Amino acid sequence: MTDSNASTNDAPIVSVRKVEKTFRRGGEEIRVLDALDLDVPKGEFLALMGPSGSGKTTLLNLIGGLDQPTGGSVVVAGEHIEDLSSRELADWRAENIGFVFQFYNLLPVLSAARNVELPLLLTSLSRAERKRHVAVALEAVGLSHRASHTPRTLSGGEQQRVGIARAIVTDPTLLLCDEPTGDLDRKSGDEILSLLQALNRDQGKTIIMVTHDPHASARAARTVHLEKGQLVSSVVAGAMA
Amino acid sequence: MKFLGLLWGNLMRRKLRTLLTVLSIFVAFFLFGLLGTIKEAFAAGVTVSDADRLVVRHRVSLFMLLPINYATRMRQIDGVEAIASWTWFGGVYKDDMKNFFPNMPVDPDALFDVHPEYVFTDADKDAWRTTRTGAVVGETLADRFGWKIGDRVPLKSPIWPKPDDSAWEFDIVAIYKGKKPTTDTSSFFFRYDYFDETRPNEKGKVGWYMVRVSDPDRAGDVAAAIDAEFANSSAETKAEPEAAFQQGFVEQIGSIGTILMSILSAVFFTIILVAGNTMAQAVRERTQEIGVLKAIGFTDARVLALVIAESCSVAILGGAAGLLSAWIIGQFGSPVPELLPVFYLPPSYLAVGAALILALGVAAGILPAIAAMRLHVAVALRRHGA
Repeated sequence: MTDSNASTNDAPIVSVRKVEKTFRRGGEEIRVLDALDLDVPKGEFLALMGPSGSGKTTLLNLIGGLDQPTGGSVVVAGEHIEDLSSRELADWRAENIGFVFQFYNLLPVLSAARNVELPLLLTSLSRAERKRHVAVALEAVGLSHRASHTPRTLSGGEQQRVGIARAIVTDPTLLLCDEPTGDLDRKSGDEILSLLQALNRDQGKTIIMVTHDPHASARAARTVHLEKGQLVSSVVAGAMA
Repeated sequence: MKFLGLLWGNLMRRKLRTLLTVLSIFVAFFLFGLLGTIKEAFAAGVTVSDADRLVVRHRVSLFMLLPINYATRMRQIDGVEAIASWTWFGGVYKDDMKNFFPNMPVDPDALFDVHPEYVFTDADKDAWRTTRTGAVVGETLADRFGWKIGDRVPLKSPIWPKPDDSAWEFDIVAIYKGKKPTTDTSSFFFRYDYFDETRPNEKGKVGWYMVRVSDPDRAGDVAAAIDAEFANSSAETKAEPEAAFQQGFVEQIGSIGTILMSILSAVFFTIILVAGNTMAQAVRERTQEIGVLKAIGFTDARVLALVIAESCSVAILGGAAGLLSAWIIGQFGSPVPELLPVFYLPPSYLAVGAALILALGVAAGILPAIAAMRLHVAVALRRHGA
């Protein structure tokens, strides 16, 4: 099926058309995404669900410009990212995308504040401005008091908050979360989901979240299901499509 | 500058490993500096040689003497400007061979004319001219024995014993300095007239001549003219540029430079492998972090630069410390002034060392840096299941 539930009057911020992605493993060609269409309106909190190998992380990587499609087009905020070079993609990611990873992926040698500051090193902001942005981001995730702590001294939930602060510190167009609660206990996971909901609701952040967890997807405004590289259903919270 | 925090954090990730790598690079560059100092010390005679000076010695051997009247005949040769005679005295201080240092009888004014690299004041010169037993000593030698002007120094020479076999006694009238850091200031000069009148035999003879020519470009012609002047005499000469004469001495010791460079090449090759392995390991264990950096917008070129910068930082920390240590040791002077009077690390070695440090940093980091640069971001992130 195609994504027909992009219920918005605005042009979608993410528009995926006839996207295909194949990998070669040994002599065999594996088709991970198969002519997939997806629209994500600005300000939506979307959950991507599906069994392992269904292509949801691959789709997230394509939307985030971490990988290039084999065919079709991926348009994010008006930019055809499949046409960008490796260098242009890097610059584009720095400007438009905030990533939140399952295992937080913080640099263990840096403090929480320094981790959050990393994306700002690629901007022309002064040191004082960077410091101010970092403070705001850490405040937004409720971790101002842990700014000088290294990841090793933080709990899993706190590390993921730092990861979210790093993702939002440049005020990106899109927040892409790959199993953000996958490594957390239920309580910490709920806190992270509440934080993402708040970012979506209060700051209008567009969020696409890959998850296996129905409990997590229930927090999203819409959930799409993938199977064998194709979109099989799209469910708006509180309704069936 | 804003990436320094990240750079430092990565260096401190494995403190012991970084420390050991820095230490190994320190040793390599300390050796480079020290061996360079020693090489220069051996070659000092060559490097301080003046292009406008010739050495004229007996054709058969340096140990055979030449008549003093050769100076008068050489002065008639076109292109000869000044002449100083030198004679190896071989005196030993306090009758102890450990106290060996070069000591020679010379004519004071001839020495001033031919060897302007020895710096004397006018008062020094006058004092020497008016003191028959006067001697002038280099500041390195004076420091070595704690001598000062007015001290009386006894020397016994197995080559030139006094008729009564007593020690020769000299009064220090001046302590000379060197015009350049490479100038030898470990010699002891005394007056030839006092020496010649006192010695019981071989009167009127000298060891060799130093001849200053008016035009260095014509030095070869002048040397040939000198040799022709004394051809078929009982004491034929061999005149050659001072540098060639000194080089002959150095070559007698062996190809010092080749030996030292061979050692250094082996050391540097090993260090490149050590540092390169360290960097490769450091990058390999950070695959996922490199993926994260790329995901948040670090370009391939920036990742390459970060790894190279890290590698260069390690090389600079160890290399600069090693070079500095070798330079400091040179500042304390020669540990064996009787053998190597000129002992310091020339600035040219510091410049070459700095270039080698950067080359080492780049060479050790380039392959891991290229590997990091080529790392596909999605693949790198998958390493941990992200």
